[in-house]
Amino acid sequence: MNAPAGAAGTPEPFLSVRDLRVRFSTEDGTVHAVDGLSFGLERGRTLGVVGESGSGKSVTALALMGLHDRRTASVTGEVLLDGHELTGAPEKKLERLRGNRVAMVFQDPLTALSPYHTVGRQIAEPFVRHTGASRRQGRLRAVEMLGRVGIPQPARRVDDYPHQFSGGMRQRVVIAMALVCNPSLLIADEPTTALDVTVQAQILDLLGDLRQEFGSAVVLITHDLGVVAGTADDVLVMYAGRAVERGPVREVLRDPQHPYTRGLLDSVPRLSSDPEEPLVPIPGAPPSLLVPHPADGSRAPDGGGPLRGCPFLPRCAFSGRVEGGDRCRTERPVLPAGRGAACHLTERQRRTAFAEEARPRPGRP
Amino acid sequence: MLRFLVRRTLGAAAVLLLISAFTFFLFFSIPQDPALLACGKNCTADAVALIHRNLGLDDPVPLQYAAFMTGIVTGREFAAGPCPAPCFGYSFANDRPVFETLADRFPTTASLTVGGAVVFLAVGLGAGMIAAARRGTATDKVVSSVSLVLSSMQIYFLGPVVLGVLVYGTGLLPSPSYVPLTEDPAGWFTGLLIPWCVMAVIFTANYTRMARSTLIEQLQEDHVRTARAKGMPGRTVFFRYAWRGSLIPIVTIFGMDLGSLFGGAMITEFTFGLAGLGRLAVDSVIDIDLPMIMGVMLFSSALILLCNIVVDAAYALIDPRVRLDAGSSA
Amino acid sequence: MEGDTTARADLGAAGRGAGRGEPLLRVEGLAKHFPVMAGFPVRRRVGAVRAVDGVDLTVHAGEVFGLVGESGCGKSTTGRMIARLTEPTAGTITYRGLDITRLGRRRLRPVRSEIQMVFQDPYSSLNPRQTVGTIVGGPMEVNGIDPPGGRGRRVRELLETVGLSPDHVNRFPHEFSGGQRQRIGIARALALNPRLIVADEPVSALDVSVQAQVVNLLREVQRDLGVAFVFIAHDLAVVRHFSQRVAVMYLGRIVEVGDRDSVYSRPRHPYTHALLSAVPEPVARDGAGPGPDGEGGGGSVRERIRLAGDVPSPADPPSGCRFRTRCWKARERCAAETPPLVRLEGDAEGHLTACHFPEEPTTAARGGDVVLDPAPTTEPHPGTSP
Repeated sequence: MNAPAGAAGTPEPFLSVRDLRVRFSTEDGTVHAVDGLSFGLERGRTLGVVGESGSGKSVTALALMGLHDRRTASVTGEVLLDGHELTGAPEKKLERLRGNRVAMVFQDPLTALSPYHTVGRQIAEPFVRHTGASRRQGRLRAVEMLGRVGIPQPARRVDDYPHQFSGGMRQRVVIAMALVCNPSLLIADEPTTALDVTVQAQILDLLGDLRQEFGSAVVLITHDLGVVAGTADDVLVMYAGRAVERGPVREVLRDPQHPYTRGLLDSVPRLSSDPEEPLVPIPGAPPSLLVPHPADGSRAPDGGGPLRGCPFLPRCAFSGRVEGGDRCRTERPVLPAGRGAACHLTERQRRTAFAEEARPRPGRP
Repeated sequence: MLRFLVRRTLGAAAVLLLISAFTFFLFFSIPQDPALLACGKNCTADAVALIHRNLGLDDPVPLQYAAFMTGIVTGREFAAGPCPAPCFGYSFANDRPVFETLADRFPTTASLTVGGAVVFLAVGLGAGMIAAARRGTATDKVVSSVSLVLSSMQIYFLGPVVLGVLVYGTGLLPSPSYVPLTEDPAGWFTGLLIPWCVMAVIFTANYTRMARSTLIEQLQEDHVRTARAKGMPGRTVFFRYAWRGSLIPIVTIFGMDLGSLFGGAMITEFTFGLAGLGRLAVDSVIDIDLPMIMGVMLFSSALILLCNIVVDAAYALIDPRVRLDAGSSA
Repeated sequence: MEGDTTARADLGAAGRGAGRGEPLLRVEGLAKHFPVMAGFPVRRRVGAVRAVDGVDLTVHAGEVFGLVGESGCGKSTTGRMIARLTEPTAGTITYRGLDITRLGRRRLRPVRSEIQMVFQDPYSSLNPRQTVGTIVGGPMEVNGIDPPGGRGRRVRELLETVGLSPDHVNRFPHEFSGGQRQRIGIARALALNPRLIVADEPVSALDVSVQAQVVNLLREVQRDLGVAFVFIAHDLAVVRHFSQRVAVMYLGRIVEVGDRDSVYSRPRHPYTHALLSAVPEPVARDGAGPGPDGEGGGGSVRERIRLAGDVPSPADPPSGCRFRTRCWKARERCAAETPPLVRLEGDAEGHLTACHFPEEPTTAARGGDVVLDPAPTTEPHPGTSP
């Protein structure tokens, strides 16, 4: 249970991502949205990918599905799903996997469903396509799935359109659609962010139940550490397109190793903390991931990302304690396999530093 | 749905009433005696007076208007003979019942508009789809720039040029003419081919650009992405999801274009010397032929209103949200 | 001009005469019903969306009054009515002793400068074509206020107050991040030295680390400048960190109101219990692991309640207690009788609850989870047929 995903000893995890890079070319330059991301995930486990906006977590999700527009995005690296290489795979092959072996739940259930087709048809569609079932069988399967995600009177609601459902019910429909082919990997991109808190709780429970029932591996992408706390086995914390910390969810929440993770946990207002105490924000804002085109009009070199050293350096309160001069500025910290953080602080330095500055003074940008 | 149709039909009737009243009273405000025209050469004062009496031109205008409007519904008796419903009266210019003339001319205009619309929708939307599916490529750029050039064309310029080249210059096609479809389908087709294409050229460009831009917009919609995430092949995603969503704006623009489509048909008729409603409209105004003006006016307005109702009903077919809302809010 | 001075005089008198007991803002029976139109040939009112349906609240000078609830509960509409951006259907709004509910444009002017609003979306609430200086200085210009030292200097002061560099006056909103934009919005609200700021979800569009910056800024503004706030948010933890008193809204009504600590640690209304238990907290859980069965263990064991279905439509709210359709304690009486908002036995002063069968005042875990079946009686959304 405690074994971190992709730890040594497991020969080949079910999902293995190595050095994933996603770059978008824009008029102003190249945006290095994901900059060398690696992680692994075992069957039946849930990995929470946590980050703030612009951290590259949603871009990663789309890259896993092969959904980036090939004209504007360049995706490199390795995404191995059960031995199948997905990056650069032909579209036909991806189509066979999508909705079948790998499925996705999106943030906003209203826009994620087509307003022009009944929910039954939308749920049955991938089933019919991937299993070769008849439309009749597809419909029966849709009714069954609607029932399993907790929609009352599924046989009647199957012919309704998405706008006839409430927000929470729509997200149930989206989940039914994602699970209709028993996918072995489910990617949920902020599945509850657009929902009210009481409905969010319902949907998270449902996802948890279904994961056990279907045995899928789940990549849960969220900005909310609270969501991860209740749902995931392992966490991957992303910042500026890179993974900065990874580990089992309990260890990361209780004993964060990266200054960013620690800052994130400190800045969350909690029902249990002292409300009179000011929150402890992370000063400043995340760095830009844009590498402008060189002035001479040539394309930016493809090699390095926008940041040579640690992307968190400008907001970090502990960089002064790192030995070796300005390593934080010049040398990119490596995220070790298994439990760990991409930080130049040594284990001991981190312990003393975090202990001495139990609550760093709230700073301003 | 039925409720919606009834509501829209009543609305259309009200619009027609307004149009008719406006035209009628406007006509009587021009300082020109229509009886003089009906009387022809060798006209005497007595003859004019007789015509005045026969046509009821001596009555107060509102009374004449009322008689005219009731005539449309119930038919009327004239000195020249009975005029069954729908009676728009007798033409001052040629003494035939107006409705007969309308019925004569209508097929030409209908063939022209429907045929033209088929051509420009097929070509325009098709080109738009291709451009959207290959956006950013050379194909897209060619389609986009050609449509830009074409959109600045005018029928009265393009028409004669095409005529000059294809008909008089090379003799590839016969001179445009109208043969009823029922009599000679091939003749109908070849006779109208040039007018259709010329009309189509003008409208095509708009539809190409619109189809392209709405499709590109739709292709970025979340639900299109969902469809791809389900493993639907590109073609299915394109037609079942993106194209479906593009229909609403396209149908909307088409609905708004209906008026100019009839207008375009009128100009086309003139350019190619076809005897349709457009010709009739112009002639009737020159002749100050009140019944004919009223007839053409009401007839074409009614057609446009009818088409608009059809377009609105099409929304309901395309978008279930429209359909179901109309059902419950009634 | 004349009306202006009288209104000022009214306000002044009210302010003087008010003394300590009179709250800064008193809202009574406030309601907003948006008409639902349909029909032919004449479109007529066939119903109403009761966005806000009888809200009473008071805000004292310098106090932060938090308004929480889920989407559609009417909290934003309430805020907009208080700022007089939306006309109330019924009820009264009394500001410093002056009834401003129906006050005309001219007489409202001095009040307007004292009640300011901060909006949710820092991207759309700032004019992209104006510089920061123009945005922040705008309210002063509109109201013809010339602070000592000039408007320019005041703008720079304000930017400093909200933690931005005064040198940024000539920049445009797009040059700032979301958090910085929200600071600009706050600076604009502060330009006229308001006594009350209605902040509608001011931090919910921001990332957590930045959200904390802005919450802290709001706290400083409140403490240092003595500005009172009506703080509207859906995030219970954020509201708890900023408010002294809190009201929980559900379907257009306040179901529970009271001092922060009383409401958060001794909630009585079942809905408040459900809301509090649904907040996901980033707390490491011990025990068997994650998932519904893995909860429990660890230090503080919170209760666990899962409500059924969604909030009903405000166009057709349930009779009696509006929460009854999702409540595990609902009985016949709840449908027949609207529970009044009253102080229950054992509750602190000012802690009012609208419930016939209130819960025990604790958030600790109960014997068994309250988990209702997923929506056995889901009602389709408004405007849908079946």
